Amino acid sequence: MVERETALDLLRTMWRIRCFEERVATLHHRLQVHGLVHLSIGSEGVAAGVCRRLRDDDAVYSGHRAHGHALAKGAPMDRVMAELMGRSAGLCQGLGGSMHLVDTQHGLMGATGVVGGNLPMAAGDALAARLRGEDRVTVVFFGDGAVQAGHFNETVNLAALWELPLIFVCENNGMAEFTPRSAHTKVARVIDVVAPYDFERRLIEGSDVGAVWTAFGEYLEQARSGTGPFLLECSTHRRSGHYEGDQQSYRDALADAEWAQLDPIARLEARGKDEGWLDDEAAAGLTAHADAEVDAAVRFARDSPPLSADDAAALVYAT
Amino acid sequence: MTGEITYVKAINAALAEAMRDDGRVIVIGEDVAEGGPYLATEGLADEFGSERVRNTPISEGAVCGIAVGAAQAGLRPVVEIMFIDFITLALDQLVNQAAKAHFMSGGQLSVPMVLRTQGGAGGRAGAQHSQSLEAWLTHIPGLKVVMPATAADAAGLLRAAIADPNPVVFVENKSLYFRREPVPETPEPIELGRASVLRRGGDVTIVALSRLVGEAMAAAERLAADGIEAEIIDPRTLVPLDLDTIAASVRRTGRAVVAHEAVRTGGFGAELAAELQAAAFDYLDAPIQRVGAPFTPVPLSPPLEDGYRPQSDDVYAAARHAVQWADVEEPVPLSDTGRSRGE
Amino acid sequence: MAREIPYIAAVNEAIAQEMARDDTVVFYGQDVAPSDEDPLVKSFGRDRVRVSPISETAEIGMAVGLALAGYRPIVELLMAEFMLVAMNQVTNEAPRLRYMSGGQVKVPLVLKAGYGFTAGWAGQHTGSIYTMFAGVPGLKVVLPSTPADAKGLMAAAVRDDNPVVYLMHYLLVLEHGDVPEGEHVVPIGEAAIRRPGNDVTIVATGWTVGKALQAAEALAAEGVDAEVIDPRSLQPLDMPAILSSVEKTGHLVLADQATRHASAASIIAAEVAEHGFGYLKAPIKLVTALDATIPYSEPMEAFVLPDEHKIAGAVREVLGTASAVA
Repeated sequence: MVERETALDLLRTMWRIRCFEERVATLHHRLQVHGLVHLSIGSEGVAAGVCRRLRDDDAVYSGHRAHGHALAKGAPMDRVMAELMGRSAGLCQGLGGSMHLVDTQHGLMGATGVVGGNLPMAAGDALAARLRGEDRVTVVFFGDGAVQAGHFNETVNLAALWELPLIFVCENNGMAEFTPRSAHTKVARVIDVVAPYDFERRLIEGSDVGAVWTAFGEYLEQARSGTGPFLLECSTHRRSGHYEGDQQSYRDALADAEWAQLDPIARLEARGKDEGWLDDEAAAGLTAHADAEVDAAVRFARDSPPLSADDAAALVYAT
Repeated sequence: MTGEITYVKAINAALAEAMRDDGRVIVIGEDVAEGGPYLATEGLADEFGSERVRNTPISEGAVCGIAVGAAQAGLRPVVEIMFIDFITLALDQLVNQAAKAHFMSGGQLSVPMVLRTQGGAGGRAGAQHSQSLEAWLTHIPGLKVVMPATAADAAGLLRAAIADPNPVVFVENKSLYFRREPVPETPEPIELGRASVLRRGGDVTIVALSRLVGEAMAAAERLAADGIEAEIIDPRTLVPLDLDTIAASVRRTGRAVVAHEAVRTGGFGAELAAELQAAAFDYLDAPIQRVGAPFTPVPLSPPLEDGYRPQSDDVYAAARHAVQWADVEEPVPLSDTGRSRGE
Repeated sequence: MAREIPYIAAVNEAIAQEMARDDTVVFYGQDVAPSDEDPLVKSFGRDRVRVSPISETAEIGMAVGLALAGYRPIVELLMAEFMLVAMNQVTNEAPRLRYMSGGQVKVPLVLKAGYGFTAGWAGQHTGSIYTMFAGVPGLKVVLPSTPADAKGLMAAAVRDDNPVVYLMHYLLVLEHGDVPEGEHVVPIGEAAIRRPGNDVTIVATGWTVGKALQAAEALAAEGVDAEVIDPRSLQPLDMPAILSSVEKTGHLVLADQATRHASAASIIAAEVAEHGFGYLKAPIKLVTALDATIPYSEPMEAFVLPDEHKIAGAVREVLGTASAVA
């Protein structure tokens, strides 16, 4: 069970992500946000429940669906938006974009556009923490699609062999790009894939942000004391397509009633109202506040020019 | 008899035709049964069933390796790797296994597979979904590398690639997929290793690859307005390369421009320039000009990406530079060499 | 003070010296120091010197993560071809992160591998595939050809803030040469003139440098004065050094152990054909391996590979062509 203040913070975080991504979808339709954009609507609970636990010096490695992780980890929304709009004020000066968000100040060490490519790098970060005797922890987010990639097995093996303080967080939305998990593997649960390595692992409902917060917190405490690795598998629902513009002809739309059960925001709000720490007015206030932050972020991004080609070329090599 | 269809539809039709003609042809890759993100394999699963049109997990290395094994066992697999950037995950299978099996087994094995993939920037997709990596593959003995620029070539070359007894990497371009162009109703295979001369001209030879072919044609129109007649050649296949056609043209025009979207350093243009300087040394009136992207990853920001992608203006400027070379006394300053770009 | 030691000892000396100088340098990979009696392990401990499983993707990916976290890892990969198993990490991750993050991060990382061994190592353990790395923006590529450079370029690679592919030549590892004791750093991107000359420029890398020097000796007996240049790194490439030599000699022969098509020699030829157009008195000749997988059989291997006779032959051809034109 989470405290009231924590629950409100998680709700606020999820609304920030939701409002941000809904605006990103609109801006993408209007061709103001570019390229391959993957939304995490439906899995904000995992981003919030995990990242709000972390310190700035804890490292997060993310994948192509990274907006929520970045915002929850503390990346300023205006600079994330500016990045998605390709502006020089963006986190990465407009050179990375949606799939490659990095914010070293807040411990977002990288997001990759190649499924599973982030897994070994996260293990390297955990090794660095171990070598230095630091109590910081590394978290790597990946989807269930990455589990079938070769990097996954290599990384799980090494992390277990070297007992690295690394927490694998799998967002299992049951879809790998355009096809269901059943078309990719016989093993339904990711926790069963790593069973032979015998480290602590658990499958929880990612739409229950309180459950994510609690379960992740237990692993985090152990990892801080230097043990690991751990696997937290969070079942989630991907409300949007694989990428913006995906027609999703491969699956049927969800009924509203079903979605209400899978929507981490709706679930937490319902609970808040049951428990008496949230009313309609307060909930509307959180949404309005998040929307206003998004408005400001878009204005900030629009005011920023793109980087010059020479400045970009100077960033190929470190000097 | 011709009709107008898109480049991607031409590929789709050629795949279907090959599967009808030859029961050994199978299609495997991520989401191919659903048609894939560009619908290149749309409808194939309906016609040929899920045994011959197989979805795979996100496992590029294993999928490519399975194709190698299936090909060695007598099938004719066509693998789809969704973006050429992901070929990095399958290079061991492609380079160390597929390309070498025939040679290392003393000719006992052969690997008649096609690896279809697509490259190119312009989609605002950033540095890991926009690359042009074909030059890598041309350095590997044993691989053939095909890069069609038109719908008709895509269809005809794909038929030939599937029929070829060697591993063929078939590099499509995402910017070309949805252009409507005339194609023959039933495309005949186009022999690998034969360049296509798209425009005749006596003043300068422009060799262009993939998307740059269209850009070169546009540049040729502008050059013609200036009184310069450009000959436009599309090699269509990089390995085998129809050097004879290209070199004969350069010997006639005395000037050459090579244009592609890959970075200049280590791009295929360097290979062509190395061949042409030897094949046409005594005929060259100007240094061979190369048009390619700068030596940086592909930037996401739209204005930067537009500046990064070589366009017809760049081809035009390079051709003008070659034609006006006699008036230029000094060699071009070294600011444009690989070294300064690398620092 | 310099003294004679083998190339491989020079490589190891550089690693040990850099590890002693900077405690963020770590060294791991397959079969690295399997015994606890290994001098590196004794000096620096198992935390900094590790054996890893046969997991190239994870080894290189973890090194990238270590580099992002402030370490300077050296990864032992044994064979350049084994990097093909992990090319996503080598080309899509390590060299792109600085650019894609808008300069927030740097990736100081050395990917150490051998290449070029012949003598029966056949098709999957001999490849000279450095051109595949040289064309990747963000990577640097060094190819030491002498024991002194093996030491100096390793030190420079470790100190560089970028991912560096360090390729040691397996046929050179037992060659002896003068190597300075103590700190010795060779800047990456500066060519070395191995033999000055006026009639023809021979650019050679790695093992072909020695072959080019042998060819130059044979040519000297015929009255031909060849200049031999070793670029030492392919990315960055010291084109000014090559171009100023060609300006002097007017003739260029390129020796490259890699297969001919799209080789490092092609890159240099294209640059010189463009920027040295006015200097050239004859076409550039490329002396490379033939476009084939390296065969196992000894005579076939010799047939495929470049050697001093082929280099000298190319020089004679280039100069002969020149006199015919003149």
